[in-house]
Amino acid sequence: MRVDLIDKVPSGAIGTLWEGTKAIAAGFATTLKHVFRPPITEEYPEFRRVLPARTRARIVLTRDPDGGERCVACYLCSGVCPVSCISMQSAERTDGRRFAAWFRINFARCIYCGLCEEACPTSAIQLSPMFETCERDILTLVYEKEDLLVDHGGKDPDYNFYRHAGVVTAIGGKGGHIDEDPPVNVRSNMP
Amino acid sequence: MEPVSLDVTVDMDLQIWIIGTIALVLKLGAVLLFLLLMAAYLVLVERKLLGRIQVRYGPNRAGKYGLLQPFADTIKMMTKEDIVPDAADRVIFLLAPAVVAITALLMFAVIPFGPDITVYGHRVPLVVTDINVGLLFVFALSSLGVYGAALGGWSSNSKYSLLGGIRGAAQMVSYELALGLSLIPVVMEAGSFSLVDIVNAQTQLPYILLEPVAFAIFFISALAEIKRIPFDLPEAENELGAGFHTEYSGMRFGLFFLGEYVHMQVLGGLIAVFFLGGWHGPLLPGPVWLAVKIVLVCLVMIWIRGTLPRLRYDQLMNFGWKVLIPAALLNVVVTGARLLW
Amino acid sequence: MNLFNILFYSIALLIVVSTGLAVTRRNLVHAVIYLIMSFFGSAFVFYLFGAPFLAALMVIVYAGAIMILFLFIIMMLRVETPEEQLFPARQMWPAVAVAAGYLVVGALLAAHDPAAGAVLGPAQTEPAVFGAYVFRNTWLAVEVTSLLLLVALIGALFIGKRPTHESEE
Repeated sequence: MRVDLIDKVPSGAIGTLWEGTKAIAAGFATTLKHVFRPPITEEYPEFRRVLPARTRARIVLTRDPDGGERCVACYLCSGVCPVSCISMQSAERTDGRRFAAWFRINFARCIYCGLCEEACPTSAIQLSPMFETCERDILTLVYEKEDLLVDHGGKDPDYNFYRHAGVVTAIGGKGGHIDEDPPVNVRSNMP
Repeated sequence: MEPVSLDVTVDMDLQIWIIGTIALVLKLGAVLLFLLLMAAYLVLVERKLLGRIQVRYGPNRAGKYGLLQPFADTIKMMTKEDIVPDAADRVIFLLAPAVVAITALLMFAVIPFGPDITVYGHRVPLVVTDINVGLLFVFALSSLGVYGAALGGWSSNSKYSLLGGIRGAAQMVSYELALGLSLIPVVMEAGSFSLVDIVNAQTQLPYILLEPVAFAIFFISALAEIKRIPFDLPEAENELGAGFHTEYSGMRFGLFFLGEYVHMQVLGGLIAVFFLGGWHGPLLPGPVWLAVKIVLVCLVMIWIRGTLPRLRYDQLMNFGWKVLIPAALLNVVVTGARLLW
Repeated sequence: MNLFNILFYSIALLIVVSTGLAVTRRNLVHAVIYLIMSFFGSAFVFYLFGAPFLAALMVIVYAGAIMILFLFIIMMLRVETPEEQLFPARQMWPAVAVAAGYLVVGALLAAHDPAAGAVLGPAQTEPAVFGAYVFRNTWLAVEVTSLLLLVALIGALFIGKRPTHESEE
């Protein structure tokens, strides 16, 4: 089946020729008009557009509002990473908070898919709009924990995992967390 | 050493020979320099103009307004690795780009770029060589240029290259017919195959006014001959990678590129010679007028590239064989009738 | 020995060598390229004799048009295995016989023609004179040839058209 997109089909050879010539001339006129139009290009190094907060570029490790590291070294980001560019070693502080002894992201491998951010239970690992990470030496793209840590909370500045989690730390004991009921004595909880 | 006076010590023949040789070398140097430099800057102009057509700037980083871009590109291509595929036919693979570049450059040899000038009492014609079959010389070289594309595509031993090469051969052979036939009326008007005579025959009236149909057919066939949009099927990027030069890299790719842009200028020159009155023009000297006309034709070609989409293969063949060649033949008959009565 | 002779004999050598290579190459594309070189040599000889018109026609018609069609067909052929590329003797002998016969007849003709040593006279004329001569004196042959080409064209059109008609029905 043939679909004709021209609403008024020209009749005869002369009509076809006329329509065709008109269409081509219109095309040439359009391109000629555009030559004299100022370009709409934003020239990059001189003009840096402010990118949206959720742009997926360089990965950072954020801190909670108290200034503590959010990362609890749960390995979820490392596990979900499709190119295996995240590696770490977990450790535990004396007050019960877990942390990463070392944390390493190989940005030469990272594909900026954002799966690590989705997997993170503490909002620690986040993708930032900073994309200018080009290097001549590929090994300089391996970022250590010191390079990754930032001193703000990223997209969720007020969130503090340990205020919500039922883990006993300096911030709160059992039942002292937000939206948490005090512990129930199972022996008194009889029907 | 005492200065030697040419008129006294050297006999006349030798003197003519020496002056002729010096003039030839100078002309060759000037033409080569002009063609190569123009080819380099034509690339820049094309990229800039295409950019503006697409509402963006073209290259503007290398130097002021990107004026050093051609040099940056050349250095880049020269320093790149010259890759020859393992399964390629090595000798032919290495020779094919040279064929394209050389045939394009040689074609300019018969294009006159000014009136005869007098140097020390000797007439020096401003054309590299004026042979009485200049037009046939151009066609001989243009038919040889087909081998560059066809053999380059075949010797790469890659399916995309081969398809590009076969398409190139078929397209160029088909459109060469229309190209040649469209010029027969011009030859009939001028009564000579020599490009110098054809230019001199247009002192009063350029042939574009006398032979508009021949001009249209020649221009369209010329676009097909240099494989430019809308006839760039041999290198159709979005179906064949890069067509016949898919496997080429570095300066060999550069040679294909150079050949294409030199060919563009040569066809600009030929259009100027056959239809726009060659170097004839008011006020400015001959070579400048020819350069202006060449640039003008090249700009129109770039404009066409920025506007038209690529033809389909069957459309290309139908248009060439069923429209252009019959039209060219009819034009020959009409011109013959007009000249007879 | 002057410059003319040196040029002539070196080009003649080029023609003989490239033609020989064209006949003996097993790779068909290489054979075609050597044949093109041979045609080029012939064109150079014509130019050397002062017949640039014939030289240009040689390159346009033979090297440019006919050989590109050869190349076109060869490029689309299946690549042959090394055994298939070997020429059997029974294919070789008829070719050698025809070539030898041609050589003998040509040599005899050249030996008996008193003007054989002279440069081709008629070929050195201007293209316009050449054209006028062909169309005035041999117009019948030209018309018959063009008629033959027309018949061939219509025949090709007929052969090319028929299958599509059947498939449509």
